[in-house]
Amino acid sequence: MKEMNIKITVNDKEYSLPVIEGEMLSDLLRERLRLTGTKIGCNESECGACTVVIDGEPVLSCSYPAVKARGKKITTIEGLAKNVGENGNSYLVLHPLQDAFIQYGAVQCGFCIPGQIMTSYALLEKNPNPEIKDIKYALKDTLCRCAGYPSIIGAIRAASESITSGKPPISPVIQTSRIGKRIVGQISHRPDAIAKVTGKAIYSDDIQFEGMLHARVKRAMVPAGILTELDISEALALPGVQAVLTAKDVPNAKTHGLFIKDWPVLVDTGEQIRYVGDAIAVVAADTREIASEAIDLIKFRFEPLPVVSSAVQAHLPVTRKIHESGNLLKHIKVQKGIVSEGFNEADLILEHTFHTNPNDHAFIEPECSIARLTDEGRMEIYVGSQIPYSDREQVAAVLGLPENQVRIIGQLIGGGFGGKEDIAGQIHAAMLTMKTKKPVKLLFDRQESLIVHPKRHATQINIKVGAKNDGQLVAVQTELHGDTGAYASLGEKVMTRATTHSSGPYEVPHVNIDCYAMYTNNPPAGAFRGFGVMQSAFAVESMMDTLAEALKLDPIELRKKNALRVGSVTNTGQVLKDSVGLLECIEKVENALHEKAGPNPFVPVPDPDDPTIVRAWGFAVAYKNTGLGGGAPDKAGAEIELLPDGRFEVRSASAELGQGLPTVLQLIASEELGQGTQQVQVLLSDTDLTPDGGPTTASRQTYVTGNAVKYTSKAMRDLLTSELAERYDVSPEKIEFKEGLAQIDRQEVQLSTISQNLRKDGITPKASYTYWAPETKPLGQGGDMHVAFSFAAQAALVEVNTITGEVKVPEVIVANDVGFAINPLGLKGQVEGGIVMGIGHALVEDFILEEGRVITDRLAKYRIPSIYYTPEITSFLVEHPTADGPYGAKGIGEICLIPTIPAITNAIYNAIGVRVDKLPVDQEKLVSELQKHKQFA
Amino acid sequence: MTIWKDYQLAYSLSEAVEAYNQAEKPVRFVSGGTDLLLEIQQGSHPTMKTLIDLNHIGEMRELKMVGEQIFIGAAVPVSQITNSPLIKKHAMAVAEATGLIGGPQVRNSATLGGNVAHALPAADGMISLVAMDATAITYSHSGYSKKKILELFLGPGESALANDEILVGFEFSIKKSGEGSAFNRVMRPQGVALPILNHAVWLRRKDHVIEDIRISFGPSGPVPTRAMLVEEIFRGNKLTAETILRAKETILETVKFRTSRMRATAEYRYHLAQALLEKVVKIAWNRAGETE
Ligand SMILES: Cc1cc2nc3c(=O)[nH]c(=O)nc-3n(C[C@H](O)[C@H](O)[C@H](O)COP(=O)(O)OP(=O)(O)OC[C@H]3O[C@@H](n4cnc5c(N)ncnc54)[C@H](O)[C@@H]3O)c2cc1C
Ligand code: FES
Ligand code: FES
Repeated sequence: MKEMNIKITVNDKEYSLPVIEGEMLSDLLRERLRLTGTKIGCNESECGACTVVIDGEPVLSCSYPAVKARGKKITTIEGLAKNVGENGNSYLVLHPLQDAFIQYGAVQCGFCIPGQIMTSYALLEKNPNPEIKDIKYALKDTLCRCAGYPSIIGAIRAASESITSGKPPISPVIQTSRIGKRIVGQISHRPDAIAKVTGKAIYSDDIQFEGMLHARVKRAMVPAGILTELDISEALALPGVQAVLTAKDVPNAKTHGLFIKDWPVLVDTGEQIRYVGDAIAVVAADTREIASEAIDLIKFRFEPLPVVSSAVQAHLPVTRKIHESGNLLKHIKVQKGIVSEGFNEADLILEHTFHTNPNDHAFIEPECSIARLTDEGRMEIYVGSQIPYSDREQVAAVLGLPENQVRIIGQLIGGGFGGKEDIAGQIHAAMLTMKTKKPVKLLFDRQESLIVHPKRHATQINIKVGAKNDGQLVAVQTELHGDTGAYASLGEKVMTRATTHSSGPYEVPHVNIDCYAMYTNNPPAGAFRGFGVMQSAFAVESMMDTLAEALKLDPIELRKKNALRVGSVTNTGQVLKDSVGLLECIEKVENALHEKAGPNPFVPVPDPDDPTIVRAWGFAVAYKNTGLGGGAPDKAGAEIELLPDGRFEVRSASAELGQGLPTVLQLIASEELGQGTQQVQVLLSDTDLTPDGGPTTASRQTYVTGNAVKYTSKAMRDLLTSELAERYDVSPEKIEFKEGLAQIDRQEVQLSTISQNLRKDGITPKASYTYWAPETKPLGQGGDMHVAFSFAAQAALVEVNTITGEVKVPEVIVANDVGFAINPLGLKGQVEGGIVMGIGHALVEDFILEEGRVITDRLAKYRIPSIYYTPEITSFLVEHPTADGPYGAKGIGEICLIPTIPAITNAIYNAIGVRVDKLPVDQEKLVSELQKHKQFA
Repeated sequence: MTIWKDYQLAYSLSEAVEAYNQAEKPVRFVSGGTDLLLEIQQGSHPTMKTLIDLNHIGEMRELKMVGEQIFIGAAVPVSQITNSPLIKKHAMAVAEATGLIGGPQVRNSATLGGNVAHALPAADGMISLVAMDATAITYSHSGYSKKKILELFLGPGESALANDEILVGFEFSIKKSGEGSAFNRVMRPQGVALPILNHAVWLRRKDHVIEDIRISFGPSGPVPTRAMLVEEIFRGNKLTAETILRAKETILETVKFRTSRMRATAEYRYHLAQALLEKVVKIAWNRAGETE
């Protein structure tokens, strides 16, 4: 029974490979056959990214021993598309599923897509005509954090029809911009879509270098203490270990951080351990197994310190100080009018305290960095990073190198959502490369990812509102405590956004807000889609419903009455000059809601067949700034070159997290340069080749980098026009650009010819531009704190099981004011993904900490929504252009998620009379509250 | 420090037992590996020198009717069990329970043998087999033997199987006229991904009376049990509101549930057990009626 080799057939090709101890099928495919389309998201049988089809059945290759595949037929994502035609003239024919996934916009970051397609492929092979329920059943454990589940379902159905009919998949009907132009505002497919559906797309972990070492990090795993002793000798002695580094080996700067550099690269003996994820030592070894063994051999001792586990505790004067500067990262204040006077005028005052929990981004691709030295001795880092230039600055500072000796080569990112803004493994990998002179890969496993990177801030929000009997808000006072964890990260910025948005998208004459961003011994908290606004919207939108009930007003009317509109003054003193589509969003949702649910959508309706099930709708609105604002200079650079082949290349170091930035930039450049999208390619995130696009955060890229590309395109056109005008001796007005060519008077010249001719003369046809967003004012100075705001309204239908407390969200109606929908297909993905993530935050996701220790340290414990949570979505596009946005566009990436959560909790109240004031919804608590109600009744 | 050094595929029971006894220790049997390999990978189970894979042993892959008995091989992937017309006809509780284990991909590897041998008090497949009053067929160096399902457990995570004893399969009676079974469970979306409560019922009705019934709940106590005293309330009685009420009271008095932190309090479990009981007994009753 013992055979030495594994004979298998992979994508119709036969292999005979020697047996390797402990090898899983995924390793065999990825490492030995270099079929890296099969992805590893969790390595714990939870995410489905590693799904391959074995003898017709979908199986998780991450936990399938390679030996077990002996004699079997395996199909991976690389085996679906077929090359047809003769040598030299062959072309790729996509499987209908691959085609349909592109058409439906189901591909976002793309990391889960091979798993989605392989799972769907197995389904369609067995059942060519699946119903939606069959699709949901089959894809239940194939997770997509970009959560394009509705598009995935649509794509599978289209593929199924295509397979039955033999015709190409039917394209979906997608709402396009009302004010669309030739190219912008129209449907366009992602430039990277084909690579992503065929498994050819390369993410950091797919890269291998000759002689590459594998790194692992020894983590403190205790939340608070003083490191007293550290012994690396055994680890160093382990055969295969090439380097073990400690704090003593940090060459230059000892800490890193995005603005405040308080995060130690490695904790030194005598220094404080501030959270479980603190790094104590790093190891590079010949294999990942050896590196893992080595970190277990590293021994350290520490003197425990009392754990500071919440923001409120951290704020108490008696609490131990975590940083020398104290536990207060920042006290943030907003004041408008005189709040006590406001409350004096009020007919009704209500007050309540809300709590929100931390959340993890749970992007399906775990963090991965690869460092290597070039032949010239420069440091190169391959990483999927949201802020490549900041990585460069931080790596250079720690290594003590000039910044131009470090190059960040941004890779495709398998989801970010804010969680890939901070340093993860970049610095450690670079240090190990400096030491060993060899390429080093540092890949986080899922547990490390969950423990280490910054989370969403847990908050306590006390809110007090005063209103007139007619619903007019007169005063709002809030006090926020935000848990920013062990290190600053973007905590101050996030909590500032929470603060300024905490009286809601309403015009309120008297506002007073105090926010305390506090250090604790929890994992750091930083950027996460929604950026603080999600938390405060939950509090204020819950209060608005409570207020409506107390005043016997319709909750929608109450919001309309107070809604921000053009001319309103926000709580920070900003006069809104244009682009305030909130009322239109509310009306759109209201009309659709009444159409679906009649005049009383907010009253409970028991299921006629099962009276234990009760349904009701809930409503909420939100707003969210676009751009950094608050006085931070907000700029982005872009460059465009006319390549020798006549295509334009757009370059910017802005990150694509799956949100569709390359499509947006491609559309803008095509529009401005008179080209079709085929004529424009986009290069992102390489600090040597692309100018700084600034951080990919704050829903700013479409606006800021979009503008940069728009102006660069103009500069490019001007440059070509003036060159051509001179060469052909025609007046500039007679020169026009069209698909692939320039029309010069009556003559047509290929762009490739133009490019080559210019180059012969020593001119590189290249233009660049740095766009500065309009200046903003710091908080407290009045004036424009932000360049623009996006607005949204949502209604959610919930279905509560009054016996078990289980909650479902079968339907959502949403309207988003995005200014201008440059990329409607990408927008659809953002909206769907935002809603599903909102449902996740409301019902599913709970990052549980106990005295600083992470309980939810596996994807099996930190659950994210599966396809089962996909609601039916009715989405309206509202376009109130903002003067300075590209074609009027503003951000969309975050707003889409914010109102979902309070819309759901308000709906739960409407259904069963239980007010959820702590996230996530706890089904057991719903039941116990219901029982209390019954006892009183 | 790999998960295993030697992964051997066994093609017969005797080969598997022999391989087990000759293997470099520590050694373990493995079926789908969906429990075992994950536990080793995550460090909650020691790494193994040898793993002996049971998936290629013919008789463990069979699912069939033998006379008055249904036989489910311990190494049949649970996806096959849940989709099997034979199981849907004779043991809906087992079809329903196996259909809820993990997701579709996990179900293509996971087996009923692993589900039972792992001996967790709330394993879905196991709880359904308890209601079916299944008998396990095992094989070891001393040959075949048969054990009642409830005799297989010593404590949470600890089975009563001898070291080299393999679960070969499970058998239970075919469905006769007037019999029916059902399974259901309640999960919690957040936090720890284990069911809060699962529950299976098998019953036989005669006219308007429940002639016989078997009820199991998980997790209740360190090893699976039947809720015998709750069964007593139903046995020989009509399925009336009154009977259900008394059965619910008996749950409170006689079934043990405890609080597991971050998952559920005992009170919630009692509440759910009562609600599930009513629902599941009614479903089983109706199913039984379809063939009476
Ligand atoms: C994502 C995920 C979700 C899950 N969800 C559920 C769920 O909802 N409900 C549920 O009940 N379980 C669930 N499980 C647990 C697991 O999948 C099941 O318990 C499964 O049935 C175990 O079978 P296996 O063949 O994979 O066991 P293995 O991992 O192969 O083995 C488990 C144990 O049993 C022993 N063993 C295996 N087969 C035999 C045999 N024939 N004879 C003797 N000993 C044997 C092994 O030595 C090992 O100790 C889940 C697991 C994952 C990964
Ligand atoms: S990587 Fe295999 S399931 Fe996640
Ligand atoms: S596209 Fe599915 S995780 Fe990003």
